[in-house]
Amino acid sequence: MIEISGLRKTYVMGEETVHALAGVSLTIKRGESVAIIGPSGSGKSSLMNILGGLDRPSDGAYRFEGEDVGHFDDNELAGFRSRRIGFVFQSFQLLPRLTALQNVELPMIYAGIEPAERKERAAVLLDKVGLGSRMGHRPTQMSGGQQQRVAIARSLANQPDLLLADEPTGALDTQTGQDVLRLFQELNAEGLTLVLVTHDLEVAAEARRRVTFRDGLIVSDYGATS
Amino acid sequence: MMKPVDLVRFATGAIVAHPMRSALTSLGVVIGVAAVVMMTSIGLGAQHMVTSAIGGLGSNMLIISPGASRGPGGGFVSQGAGTGMSLDDGDAEAIKAQVENIAAVAPAVRGGAQLAAEGANWNTRVEGVTADYLVARDLTIESGRMFDDREARQGKKVVVIGQTIAKELYGDADPIGKRLRVGTVPFEIIGVLTSKGQSGFGQDQDDIVLGPLSAVRSRIVGRRVRGDNVQTIYVKAATAEDLDRVQEDVTNLLRERHRIRQGAEDDFSVQNMASIMEAMSASTKTFTGLLAAVAAVSLLVGGIGIMNIMLVAVTERTREIGLRMAVGARRAWVLYQFALEAVVLSFAGGVIGLMIGLGGAWLMSTLAGWPMAIASWAVPTALGFSMLVGLVFGAYPAWRAAQLDPIEALRRE
Repeated sequence: MIEISGLRKTYVMGEETVHALAGVSLTIKRGESVAIIGPSGSGKSSLMNILGGLDRPSDGAYRFEGEDVGHFDDNELAGFRSRRIGFVFQSFQLLPRLTALQNVELPMIYAGIEPAERKERAAVLLDKVGLGSRMGHRPTQMSGGQQQRVAIARSLANQPDLLLADEPTGALDTQTGQDVLRLFQELNAEGLTLVLVTHDLEVAAEARRRVTFRDGLIVSDYGATS
Repeated sequence: MMKPVDLVRFATGAIVAHPMRSALTSLGVVIGVAAVVMMTSIGLGAQHMVTSAIGGLGSNMLIISPGASRGPGGGFVSQGAGTGMSLDDGDAEAIKAQVENIAAVAPAVRGGAQLAAEGANWNTRVEGVTADYLVARDLTIESGRMFDDREARQGKKVVVIGQTIAKELYGDADPIGKRLRVGTVPFEIIGVLTSKGQSGFGQDQDDIVLGPLSAVRSRIVGRRVRGDNVQTIYVKAATAEDLDRVQEDVTNLLRERHRIRQGAEDDFSVQNMASIMEAMSASTKTFTGLLAAVAAVSLLVGGIGIMNIMLVAVTERTREIGLRMAVGARRAWVLYQFALEAVVLSFAGGVIGLMIGLGGAWLMSTLAGWPMAIASWAVPTALGFSMLVGLVFGAYPAWRAAQLDPIEALRRE
């Protein structure tokens, strides 16, 4: 599903040139669950931003289901994120003014889905993550674990091909973190491709495949489906 | 592709979420629009006042006075005593006989006199006129009758009085047929004029006595006017289009009659009411424009207030913008959302400002005692401009929002 080859990302910071990704090649198949591990500054976040269509590579190729995402323009990238990608962030990133239901509806609004249908779908998704009774609650009225589950429901709103989670348990205690990881495993079991970025080895152990980054390069890759 | 209705919902949602802040943001536009509406209404009201004031003197009228006019354009004030007695009955008759397209020619003299009747006294203006005077000045008789030309020529001692005099001297009683002493001379009242009320210059137009020209000239004005001199000749043109032509003809005729050589100055002045009215309305228009310009500045300040708050909102909602982009919003949609928010704020301010402005205009016209005048363009312009202000001053903050890098934006605390 994902084919990356020779991917580079270079930032110029003042006089210094930083190679966040220094030539990365990686293939991810549909249905895999991949943990991307590495210390901060290893390039894993840069890879995630490019995989999710938030950023463009400086060099190299990124193909998603045969589409040349690496050369998409801004509008094409927005459409790509809307249709293909679900994001889950460490800090949940829910809009505080909106209820859980409205937060889940948001990606569907940008996808142009009819109000009745998106309400119904959002309700089904919230039910699925175990928040069926809290649809009218605002983020401030919910615990961290509940907020992250709303965010997961939101990431699923447009039936993405790939779920990208950036330190999804980083702001949660161990117990709720494990609940969230179990939810990810269930989703993966249903066939959703999962890429999890973390520096926590225990979290990474939940994924079948583990790719380790250091200084913008892949240093190990275990458990790939052949 | 997202639906426009959802953009509207986003924009209004953000506005409603902070009612106090939104209200204060719109306040500048509210004040600006209210000021524009009120100021143009005041200007227009003043313009109507001027028009009706000058119109009240008589329409399509020329006023011919003795003495040269002061400089180009003509002074509005007639020259008073000492400027010569260059006009006479013969001039009036010649104009009537020789100038075409005129409706009335009315020579007049005037003086002040003490009136006395049934023990009451009143000091007023007495005008010596002919029957045509009513036509020239657009006056009508309410009761009784006007004296005719024969009575005027014969110097009969009859008068027509204004409403104020009838009220002051006779109260509710019918003054027709009563005797009235003007100065030392007894006259008989034969008619009462229809009320014309205050003139635009604050003068009571009903405080007047009209008597036959020759009788008033010899008996009352006496010392100041001799023989067949008149102080004013009113000429009413048949139509407004004829006025300039009539003015030219009258001027030429009088120069000829007065034997004024080419190049020499006139010994009389002809004032064209239409051109005076034009000059006056032009000046009130300038005045209106000035007021509107001052008010427009406050609208501009209101727009800057909106820009200020929108810039703050974009900074405050950086993470929201990043998230919106991450879940599939195009940059253009973020731009539209924030621009629309500014336009809605500004337009709402415009609507409220319009209502306050209309209320204020009504209040002021009531206090000033003139009819409320709202320019037909004021309402659409106020609303259109308030939207434009939102668009212009919302554009930059919205552009800033759309230019944000989603990765940076999501990382912002």
